[in-house]
Amino acid sequence: MLLQRLSEAHGIAGHEEEVRAVLLEQIRDRVDACRIDGMGNLIALKKGTGSSPLRVLVAAHMDEVGLMITSAEESGVLRFAKVGGIDDRVLPARVVLIGPKRVPGVIGVKPVHLLDKGERDRVTESRQLTIDVGATGKAEAEKLAPRGEFAVFATEFIALSDPSSGYRTVQGKAFDDRAGCAILVELLQERFPFDLVAAFTVQEEVGLRGARVAAGAEKPDAALVLECTGANEVPTTRDTSPSTRLGSGPAITLRDTSFISDPRLVELFRTAAREKSIPHQYKQPNIGGTDAGSIHRARDGVPSLTLAVPARYIHSPSSILDLTDFENTAALAREALHRLPRGFVP
Amino acid sequence: MKELIRSLTECFGPSGHEEAVRALIRRELPRGAETRVDAMGNLIVHRTGAAGGRRIMLAAHMDEIGIVVTHVDQKGFLRFGNVGGVLSMPLTGGRVRFAQGITGVIGLEKLEDPSRVPSLDKFYIDVGAPGPADCPVRVGDVACFNRDFEEVGARIVAKAMDDRIGCAILLEVMKELGRSPHDLYFVFTVQEEVGVRGAGTSGYGVEPEIALAVDITLTGDTPECAPMAVALGSGPAIKIKDSGMLAHTGVKDWLLRTAEAGGIPCQREVLVRGTTDASAIQVSRAGVPAGCVSIPTRYAHSPSEMVDYGDVEAVVQLLLRALAEPVDIG
Ligand SMILES: [Zn+2]
Ligand SMILES: [Zn+2]
Repeated sequence: MLLQRLSEAHGIAGHEEEVRAVLLEQIRDRVDACRIDGMGNLIALKKGTGSSPLRVLVAAHMDEVGLMITSAEESGVLRFAKVGGIDDRVLPARVVLIGPKRVPGVIGVKPVHLLDKGERDRVTESRQLTIDVGATGKAEAEKLAPRGEFAVFATEFIALSDPSSGYRTVQGKAFDDRAGCAILVELLQERFPFDLVAAFTVQEEVGLRGARVAAGAEKPDAALVLECTGANEVPTTRDTSPSTRLGSGPAITLRDTSFISDPRLVELFRTAAREKSIPHQYKQPNIGGTDAGSIHRARDGVPSLTLAVPARYIHSPSSILDLTDFENTAALAREALHRLPRGFVP
Repeated sequence: MKELIRSLTECFGPSGHEEAVRALIRRELPRGAETRVDAMGNLIVHRTGAAGGRRIMLAAHMDEIGIVVTHVDQKGFLRFGNVGGVLSMPLTGGRVRFAQGITGVIGLEKLEDPSRVPSLDKFYIDVGAPGPADCPVRVGDVACFNRDFEEVGARIVAKAMDDRIGCAILLEVMKELGRSPHDLYFVFTVQEEVGVRGAGTSGYGVEPEIALAVDITLTGDTPECAPMAVALGSGPAIKIKDSGMLAHTGVKDWLLRTAEAGGIPCQREVLVRGTTDASAIQVSRAGVPAGCVSIPTRYAHSPSEMVDYGDVEAVVQLLLRALAEPVDIG
């Protein structure tokens, strides 16, 4: 399963090579042209059937959140920095894999017996934490994990439930946004009326950077960003709704902190979902940001929309995704794109 | 011009929903004006110059701050998030208006600590719905603050003075401007309040040689306020700097020179927090010499934004003078 391969590939922001290699191998024979740009974005063209003059960008980011080694202590443990948004609370006692050789290490944590009173109810900040690779001293540690080397969570992809039971959840890391990448690969199987430019972007997690240059270079008429977004339907005492719900279908973004979805595209996706009875939901407004934040501001503006697979516990070592949501996201993207009117450009 | 300001400020237009404002401005345009709407929704009006001038872009934003519904609760109350820089203080007891015309009242939960300014999640909106099923509003719907335009002595007060006053000024300048050597682009932008988004893309599309934003700025002339050397009634504020840009010195000097030559009193503006469309246009493409003429405004980002009508007229006069003659920005 492609999602599994992508999830298990390593690629924090700035080190997307491994993910890109998997994707390149997958799409090479499906597209009419492809290139890797100066920042590392993988950009492919799938020509249209010729019935629409439009050029539509569909983007998904290759990078994931992770860690970078910053120095080694005399004792042999490693200091690190976070790359992308990670909650300090998810770090202690995690196994990480460092560099292309996947050197294993553990993020150290004080045993519960040794904790002082105050320490128990305080979160240890990431800059106080260290990674232990079992090195006996600084020199050995630096050899195993030189400064600047990247680390990702060691997480195996696992199917959580029996696919025939109706619950089809899987667990893994980096579904944000390898799920989007996998859907984009799938979309490249067919021809749309318009020229489809697929952009597998870099450095989304550190500020939507790759998408910006990709959109600038490709001059699209409209853009769809395929994402994986947080589902957090945890019980609460307050009467509030979660950002999105697992199992409720693809989430359409209306507005988030980075952009406002083009209302015509929202209507297009809404109608497609309704008419094809594809379950869907609207992401709670004002949460997070995606590559669309960069893309819609490229050049003289690109009408954009973000469609996301909901997943629990994103930006942590293990997120949970529902394969039915995943398939419905692909189905809705496909259906809506086919309906994009040829006269869409104002 | 006051009637124009009234209809513009009372119009519905939170960021991303500028349609009604755009339609209103279109109706007010001089006959035969060359217009287009770009991909983001910016309205671009072009006026060809006589000869020997520059390509100058003037920008005023159509959008206003507002709220977006994030949740409809079990009893039919709405929870909401901000659209642009929404302040908690002026909210309680206020009213909002949705695009369909539905009115909502803003309420506040019982606070655990009333001495602290509550965050937005402590507020809710009551649209009179008996339950979620009968609620006429959906998650994602946006609303503007609801308040009528009024004259208060020599001042005028309204919601969305930021920046419909700039829109009114551009319309007035378009109407009054005689022969000008310059190729002028009057751009009514979208999504300024959420991050000067429309200005960057329209700046790219227009590719001006000089850009001016016409927008509001804060003042330092009210009781016990933060110090700022700008006051209501002391004339147009010429931007030197704000938190998003340094005005091009040539552009700034051109405006100051023009004011002096015309006997128009003006003030130099240094704004510590906040910025305008000029900051985005300035860095579009290979860079654009940019400046800003500001209208001093009290109670900005509240439903009662107050400007001095004399200042408004002076900004129009300043722009008319500046655009009538050839420009030297050094
Ligand atoms: Zn992410
Ligand atoms: Zn403004």
